Amino acid sequence: MLRHLPKQTNANLLVGLDTSDDAAVYRLNEEIATIQTVDFFTPMVDDPYFFGQIAAANALSDVYAMGGTPLLALNIVCFPSCLSPDILAEILRGGADKVAEAGAIVAGGHSVQDDEPKYGLAVTGVVHPKQVYSNATAAPGDLLIVTKPLGTGIINTGIKADLVEKAVIDKTISTMAALNKEAARVMQQVGVSSCTDITGFGLLGHSAEMAQASGLSLHLYAEAVPVLPGVRELARMGIIPGGAYNNRNHLGDRLFIEEKVTREEIDILCDPQTSGGLLIAVPAPRASRLLTELHNSGVAEAAIIGEMMPQDKFLITVGRGK
Amino acid sequence: MAKEINNRGLACPQPVINTKRALEELAQGTLISIVDNEAARENVTRFAENAGCQVQVAEKDGEYYLTITKGEASVPAEIVKSAGETGAMVYLITSNTFGSGAEDLGEILMISFFNSLLEKPAPRTIMLVNSGVRLAIKQSRVVEQITKLAERGSEVISCGTCLEYYKLKEELAVGRVTNMLEILENLSGEGKVVTL
Repeated sequence: MLRHLPKQTNANLLVGLDTSDDAAVYRLNEEIATIQTVDFFTPMVDDPYFFGQIAAANALSDVYAMGGTPLLALNIVCFPSCLSPDILAEILRGGADKVAEAGAIVAGGHSVQDDEPKYGLAVTGVVHPKQVYSNATAAPGDLLIVTKPLGTGIINTGIKADLVEKAVIDKTISTMAALNKEAARVMQQVGVSSCTDITGFGLLGHSAEMAQASGLSLHLYAEAVPVLPGVRELARMGIIPGGAYNNRNHLGDRLFIEEKVTREEIDILCDPQTSGGLLIAVPAPRASRLLTELHNSGVAEAAIIGEMMPQDKFLITVGRGK
Repeated sequence: MAKEINNRGLACPQPVINTKRALEELAQGTLISIVDNEAARENVTRFAENAGCQVQVAEKDGEYYLTITKGEASVPAEIVKSAGETGAMVYLITSNTFGSGAEDLGEILMISFFNSLLEKPAPRTIMLVNSGVRLAIKQSRVVEQITKLAERGSEVISCGTCLEYYKLKEELAVGRVTNMLEILENLSGEGKVVTL
């Protein structure tokens, strides 16, 4: 879609549309660049407070994925007049709590009347111009780490079908509402090659973007990917969002799947994520230190899931394990 | 006529939920789930296969007709797959069309059925009776598929009485002639029997 926009060339625009990155980065001076991003959703959970938290965690994530620190956020609200204003108040409270947890400020916003509620935020952050994490800077031999378990799209589809237990719903909500703040802090401390966050295009889509933008190929190990409880069973039952098939089809013949990989494993890799984790490419000698420090900082389910390779015939090869 | 479930225009997971409900009401037999997009086609197919049913897909005017057969003989796809070179399945095919209803639809479904069967381990035995014997003659639209299955080890047997009745004995192109005794032995012997 974005390719229809005119190409922007400005020496201070450090990250724009070209590399399918998460946010725009603009250099103000030698020390400071601003990061701008916007994201909003229709509700994926019943509880308005959690919906607000998840939408905010998702919007803030783009700043973390660029290696930045969020400063300001503006609410974007669509809300029907037939619903109680108390619901909207709960959504906004959820959003404000997450923004506060991120150490940023909600400084205003804009609302319009609409048939269906929608909520999100425009977020401004800062980063040192030389420490921007792009998705275009992975190197051959880098190991790939994902910081949250996958399967939120499949679980959310299962919730609509009334097929998900409460314990699994609660776990999924807390996963989606978790900020990528700690993961980003640890990643900056250790030093990594490249980073993006996993959202609508699924793990395969976003890792494909990283490989493409970096001029590389990548190998993923399906067995190593952390997955939310109940997701495999739902996938086997065909409780899979349409977006997963779009993500798969989008990759077409750039994707090679080894024989031992199951259909469900591919579904999970293609599953669109709501407020997913960070996808980090780290030089191999630093990978185990990064992983240990992530685990020690409460990013308990982070895992090494693949490896960047020199460009070959396929953009992505999915195998069972290493 | 098999029960039809109309899932046109519905987003995931609704087609799966509708199919699930209909399958729960169906003790045994066939239903047709109609969907109009690829995601729903894949999801309903997975759901039915996971529930141990047989699924055949036919495309018609951009819509997909998923014929789902539930029977005590139905076993989960995984079990069939693990049965080795040739699966343990025995098919008793009693008509040259698939399901009862429009004749031309039944023919399309039968072609689709054999195409799908080629993607699974070859069944142990395919028994053709009554107008089912028309499938194994030279003019059959699935003779190629059945020949391939025979090459992969499936035993293809056609009822002699039926061939004589339809005056098709000279036309038989694949497999051999059999009698009711052998058919009966196959029905009560090893392997899962699915009747079409």
